[in-house]
Amino acid sequence: MLDSGEQSVETLLEVNNIEVIYNHVILVLKGVSLTVPKGGITALLGGNGAGKTTTLKAISNLLHSERGEVTKGSIEYRGEPVADSSPSELVKKGVIQVMEGRHCFEHLTIEENLMTGAYTRRDGGAAADLEMVYNYFPRLKERRKSQAGYTSGGEQQMCAIGRALMSRPETILLDEPSMGLAPQLVEEIFGIVKNLNEKEGVSFLLAEQNTNVALRFAHHGYILESGRVVMEGPAAELRENPDVKEFYLGMSDEGRKSFRDVRSYRRRKRWLS
Amino acid sequence: MSADFLYGIEVVINGLMAGVLYALVALGFVLIFKASGIFNYAQGVMALFAALTLVGIMEGQVPFSHLINAIFGTDLHYFGWTVPALLAIAVTVVIMIFFAWAVQKFVFRHLVGQEPIILFMATIGLAFFLEGVGDLMWGSDIRTIGLGLPQGGSLWIEEATASLGGDDFYGFFLDKLDILATAVAAVLVAALVAFSQYTKQGRAMRAVADDHQAALSVGISLDFIWILVWSIAGFVALVAGVLWGVKSGVQFSLSLIALKALPVLMLGGFTSIPGAIVGGLIIGVGEKLFEYLVGPLVGGATENWFAYVLALIFLVFRPQGLFGEKIIERV
Ligand SMILES: Nc1ncnc2c1ncn2[C@@H]1O[C@H](COP(=O)(O)OP(=O)(O)OP(=O)(O)O)[C@@H](O)[C@H]1O
Ligand SMILES: [Mg+2]
Repeated sequence: MLDSGEQSVETLLEVNNIEVIYNHVILVLKGVSLTVPKGGITALLGGNGAGKTTTLKAISNLLHSERGEVTKGSIEYRGEPVADSSPSELVKKGVIQVMEGRHCFEHLTIEENLMTGAYTRRDGGAAADLEMVYNYFPRLKERRKSQAGYTSGGEQQMCAIGRALMSRPETILLDEPSMGLAPQLVEEIFGIVKNLNEKEGVSFLLAEQNTNVALRFAHHGYILESGRVVMEGPAAELRENPDVKEFYLGMSDEGRKSFRDVRSYRRRKRWLS
Repeated sequence: MSADFLYGIEVVINGLMAGVLYALVALGFVLIFKASGIFNYAQGVMALFAALTLVGIMEGQVPFSHLINAIFGTDLHYFGWTVPALLAIAVTVVIMIFFAWAVQKFVFRHLVGQEPIILFMATIGLAFFLEGVGDLMWGSDIRTIGLGLPQGGSLWIEEATASLGGDDFYGFFLDKLDILATAVAAVLVAALVAFSQYTKQGRAMRAVADDHQAALSVGISLDFIWILVWSIAGFVALVAGVLWGVKSGVQFSLSLIALKALPVLMLGGFTSIPGAIVGGLIIGVGEKLFEYLVGPLVGGATENWFAYVLALIFLVFRPQGLFGEKIIERV
């Protein structure tokens, strides 16, 4: 969907230097900025606790229910600030989050789960879109009458993505789709994400620990560390970057650097960001 | 067929009819508990308040008349008109919806994410508050509901069934009001089940019951769903309050029907709609049969405690209740 000439592309989502605090005291994001272009897959990478989920929830406004708050900076979707929109209003505007850990409604059937995704819609097109979702996820069609709680992890991840699709989103905030899945399934799911991006024109902001897979499918990437963006660039460049190779892809040309180098590297990067 | 056996059947039928009413009251609890994790102690008082409001409106009583008279030295009591039953029911429903909205807006919105015990205590407070408001609005006299519902034994059924037994059997004695109450409760229960299974809002209700965060993420408004659930519980309370109130007058003891629902919930599970229904029927039949068979041996009045004993015995063997929702755990 996204061509190499990235600069000419329309910006959907713009996060400007946001700071997020939980419970009024725990400072988690310390000035994160990023942009999501229309039609792209943008990866947000980083290890445990880097702040990926927090960033996504700040955008979708799911932070409030966790006693988190954006205290500085701004988030704009299509040029409009999102701070005062409820999650439901954002879904109507076309931004929907697929939460980490899938979160299917376990006592609802797969099909009922999918239909909840169309909750905010008034256009009556849900039935047709159900077929569209089943086209992308044939496995869900087989399990449509099963209670979601009894389906496999991969099926639940598909269900969660399919459910989001039912809202006819423009942008999906996809949190850690690879979590706990076998490599083969991860490939399958990322393949579908790519398909959705190319054929349905859905833009993705994708939070992932699995840097390797994410950078293969994404167009652009941001690397987050302790609540700060430490590096960003086109996915192809990040993939070739020796530091990324060493710290996030687990390979190195010159053997392992000393711990001291790692530390100073991180410090330097923070100063730069 | 022997008369004893036929009288036994009569007892069972009466038990089933009482049970449907228990189920109805229990359903009010289940709906709120499932969707929000709140055990609503105020459910019984809501039934009392709804019934009081209905009577007050039908009789054209001036709400808060004592208060108004005390402040302004007036002598208002009645408007001097009566309101047709259907209109009065509609107005009462609107008031119960307003109550649901107010409860969400002023109480539970501020308690999101609190411990269940805190939510429970809030409902105790709510119960006393609502009781006070009911008193203040409509006074504390015992009232009768004049809906013109049929009462007394049904001769028709008695005659039609008299021939089933021998000379010492005179036919089933069934109260017309009980029959009507059963029909109304059954229809309401069926409608509730259909609503939660087959409508968009019903599905959203179940989604919220499963996972608040995920429900939010797909654009379901928790506020709206909780107001909806409290409104439905208010309507259920109205129906239960009226059916009970027609039988035994609208008075404070009406709020104790909540206590009848507790063993039903223990038996059926706090989160299961079918559980509330089956639990209600089991308790209804159980307590009537027990009274019929064992009551005479122990001096009667077993109906007051039998349900609790049954529920307690049950708790020992199946703490999640008969239909308590299975906790889905995948390995
Ligand atoms: N509700 C909360 N209250 C307090 N602190 C929180 C809360 N949620 C997250 N945090 C903290 O914020 C930091 C960032 O968490 P976040 O979940 O955003 O990380 P992440 O990058 O998504 O990590 P992971 O890859 O493990 O999902 C962590 O240190 C975490 O402990
Ligand atoms: Mg995360």
